[in-house]
Amino acid sequence: MFPRPIEQTSSTTQTLYKIALPIALVIWLLPLIAVAMTSVRSAGDITAGNYWGWPTSFNFWANYSGIFEATPIGQYILNSFKVTIPTVIGAVALSCMTGFALAVYKFKGNLLIFFMFVAGNFVPFQILMVPVRDLTLDLGMYNTWYGLALFHIAFQAGFCTLFMRNFIRAMPFELIEAARVEGVSEIRIFWFVVLPLMKPAIAALSVLIFTFIWNDYFWATVLTQGAENQPITAGLYSLNGQWVAAWHLVSAGSIVAALPPVLMFFLMQRHFIAGLTLGAVK
Amino acid sequence: MTALPDTSATNKSWWKQNQQRLAPWLFLAPGIFMFAIYVIIPIFQSINISFYAWDGLGEAEWVGAENYVELMDDEAFYTSLKNNVLWLILYMLAIPAGLFVALFLNQTVRGIRIYKSLFFFPFVISQVVVGLVFAWFYDPTNGLMNIILGWFGAGPIAVLADEDYVTYGIIAAGLWPQTAYCMILYLTGLNAVDPEQIEAARLDNAKGAKLLWYVILPQLRPATFIAVVVTVIGALRSFDLISIMTDGGPWGSSRVLAFYMYEQAFSEYGFRMGYGAAIAVVLFLIMMVYIAGFLWKMYRDETGR
Amino acid sequence: MLKARILGAALASTMLTTAAWAGELVINTDTSDPAPKAAFEALIAGFEAENPDVTVKWNLFDHEGYKTSIRNFLTADAPDLANWYAGNRMLPYVNAGLFEPVDDVWEENGLNESLASAKGSMTIDGKIWGVPYTYYQWGVYYRKDIFEANNIAVPTNWDEFKAAGMALKDAGVTPITIGTKYLWTAGGVFDYLNLRTNGYDFHMALGKGEVSWTDDRVKATFANWKELLDAGFFIDNHAAYSWQEALAPMVQGDAAMYVMGNFAVAPLREAGLSDDQLGFFQFPVINPDVPLAEEAPTDTIHIPANAKNKEDAKKFLAYLARADVQSQINETLGQLPINNASTVGDDKFLQAGYEMLSSTDGGIAQFFDRDYPAEMAKAGMEGFQEFMVKPERMDKILERLEKVRMRVYK
Repeated sequence: MFPRPIEQTSSTTQTLYKIALPIALVIWLLPLIAVAMTSVRSAGDITAGNYWGWPTSFNFWANYSGIFEATPIGQYILNSFKVTIPTVIGAVALSCMTGFALAVYKFKGNLLIFFMFVAGNFVPFQILMVPVRDLTLDLGMYNTWYGLALFHIAFQAGFCTLFMRNFIRAMPFELIEAARVEGVSEIRIFWFVVLPLMKPAIAALSVLIFTFIWNDYFWATVLTQGAENQPITAGLYSLNGQWVAAWHLVSAGSIVAALPPVLMFFLMQRHFIAGLTLGAVK
Repeated sequence: MTALPDTSATNKSWWKQNQQRLAPWLFLAPGIFMFAIYVIIPIFQSINISFYAWDGLGEAEWVGAENYVELMDDEAFYTSLKNNVLWLILYMLAIPAGLFVALFLNQTVRGIRIYKSLFFFPFVISQVVVGLVFAWFYDPTNGLMNIILGWFGAGPIAVLADEDYVTYGIIAAGLWPQTAYCMILYLTGLNAVDPEQIEAARLDNAKGAKLLWYVILPQLRPATFIAVVVTVIGALRSFDLISIMTDGGPWGSSRVLAFYMYEQAFSEYGFRMGYGAAIAVVLFLIMMVYIAGFLWKMYRDETGR
Repeated sequence: MLKARILGAALASTMLTTAAWAGELVINTDTSDPAPKAAFEALIAGFEAENPDVTVKWNLFDHEGYKTSIRNFLTADAPDLANWYAGNRMLPYVNAGLFEPVDDVWEENGLNESLASAKGSMTIDGKIWGVPYTYYQWGVYYRKDIFEANNIAVPTNWDEFKAAGMALKDAGVTPITIGTKYLWTAGGVFDYLNLRTNGYDFHMALGKGEVSWTDDRVKATFANWKELLDAGFFIDNHAAYSWQEALAPMVQGDAAMYVMGNFAVAPLREAGLSDDQLGFFQFPVINPDVPLAEEAPTDTIHIPANAKNKEDAKKFLAYLARADVQSQINETLGQLPINNASTVGDDKFLQAGYEMLSSTDGGIAQFFDRDYPAEMAKAGMEGFQEFMVKPERMDKILERLEKVRMRVYK
């Protein structure tokens, strides 16, 4: 293990380490702690410039229920779910198939197609922006959750394919061989042999994609507008324009916006970290 | 069912004979279709648009390479390009910083798991939130940074309103989640480091920085590679933070190519789809260098197997 | 007879419309600040009360975001009505055929007479493209109490203005607050300086691209501006603030003047300034040979060409143009009605603005980004912001603007 385990060091070092840990954490998360504190302040504190002192009153309920009542933030959150969940399902489903095809079969152009997915995953968004917006307009899907979700599914297919293909590559190929010898059809091999083994990859990828899409801001502004269909990232930006210098509301809104991916991360932590490193570091 | 045994048998055998050849295409079809429509074809469409003058509303007019010629003489383009280079270089700090945090946290004391997840927190949060938080942190009247500077009798510095500081200020905000990302990559990498080699090295009296440089880092190369890739891509994609924190200002000095493109094509006063597309093409070409390098390494790994 | 026709039209429209959008009128606006929001709430409620068969669906956008959204929704997902601005700001949409001409609404409701003052700025290619409902004066809003406490009289000319600023500085007050983060506020300052230095005709010629930005007359405007900058008249770090954030120093008494539109009065009052503390004066004379021109932007509502329910949209426009409706909405907005039969609220700022604008003989400008084409406006305002922080770069900035001019007005 590197660095040397702390248990093997002197007791002073051990104590110092245990003190340093929480201090480092507080400094690291200072911006977030400030936001959390501000989100319970009163408007009076904000206008009086009392940002960093002890709050004169705790307005947790007033601020948080206030933003839900006075603004469409609930609608924004709902829109985010409407875009994110279908995208997760769609992108994972597509990439299970493409990943399987590219990992299991040897055919001409395999590597070429694989590289196309990988390269596409890295292109700058801006080169897609104008044509994708026009396409979405032409399909009559501008400013709809499915217009946005369809694009995300297609684009995420690049990263997901890379991930799935590498994962299936690492599986024991003998299983597939054995099934083939027994005359099981390719489709049934995919469904009954490979797919059950992909569960950890599917879980990891789902959490990752959920976070990516939830936090997407660029495409949300390009393909949607207004409170009816915009997801929370774009919504928060727009609310920020309305809550000028009302930092207690901005903070409360930010926390609400950050909550779903944070919860997702804590619930699925193991999968999340597996996901970040699995497809990649392999 | 029994009436047509022969045909079904031949059908079946035709499928059976060819299914290994056909199955991959069957599985690939939906993915390739979607990817082609939304990613591959639009790249070529954008390249095409970059040869037109088009306001996005009326008719497009062919202007040849005029957009590119104008680009060569556009101060704002060079500002964006310069900032892109700054982003590329400084964003790389996330890699050593992430390694440092990972080394700090790579222990087995009580509750370390919770510490690791909390340190990872910034990466899970949307860049919109990160941008808002840092914009406020830098606020010249009430921001925490200037209050702290005030304790030392310095400031206030309006980081986001100063052409010399603004890009650094935004990059610092970007480094926060990116460091968390690199940290998690290294933490996983450190788990896989071979303990026997470390022990062997320790027996040879290797310690601290030397041990890290000669024994640990070589074993962390896969993690470093992926950290470089995601950091480069992240640096070139920087858009959200700029849009939220400064809107490209003051007087356009925090623009990067990705933002300048959006500004020209879509923003309040931007009606120049063709010019925007030309900027996007330049950005794409820069990115292509990295993509090609990445593919080249993958190709070597694949064929070397 | 008339009643029967209206009834018939209403019947026909309800029969023609499909269930999906029967009687639904979609309105998009950017009126998200408190006063405009309240004004539109009342406006829509009033319209619905008179037209029970119409349900209004109102989409509220934030002020800055709306400016980019409008292009998208006009082409893609058009509402039945949208607010926007007169002059050059609507030109791209008119040229692209995205706005519906509404000459018939003007014709049928006698708007050619009642809204005559704004007809010119609503007309492009001989057609009228929307209905104006409000305008407001620009000028200098100031802390009356601070002026009085320091024995400063309201300045009427350039020397007095500079002397007033120096007196304020001596008293430890920054003379002028401004927030240039979103650029346009600097456009307002430029407009007034240019109008006072070179006059309305020159200002408009510059907007049409007929004059070079490196012209000596433009430089004269910038030289006047530089005097203020060199004397430290503007607050520090203004590029970090939006216009609303820049209100704070004025409220707290750290700054004493704001070159702004009348919409600033509502938030200033809300922040606790009384009418005894807050005053308004006309931007002082700089060049006495130039007739005084003013800045008074007109806000308007348009029917997108792709609107689904144009029938009811036109009804709404006719309602909006009515004298009593304009009186009421502008009372809430704290702005001036266009309809000449409307009453101007007895608020002192409205009265001051009304008086100033009705006696203006030098011409009325819309605003920098409405009088100048989009690209020129963007480059211009960016240059103004830069100039306000780095006045020594004047020549470089003007050369850059000249380059933009050569390209924009081919």
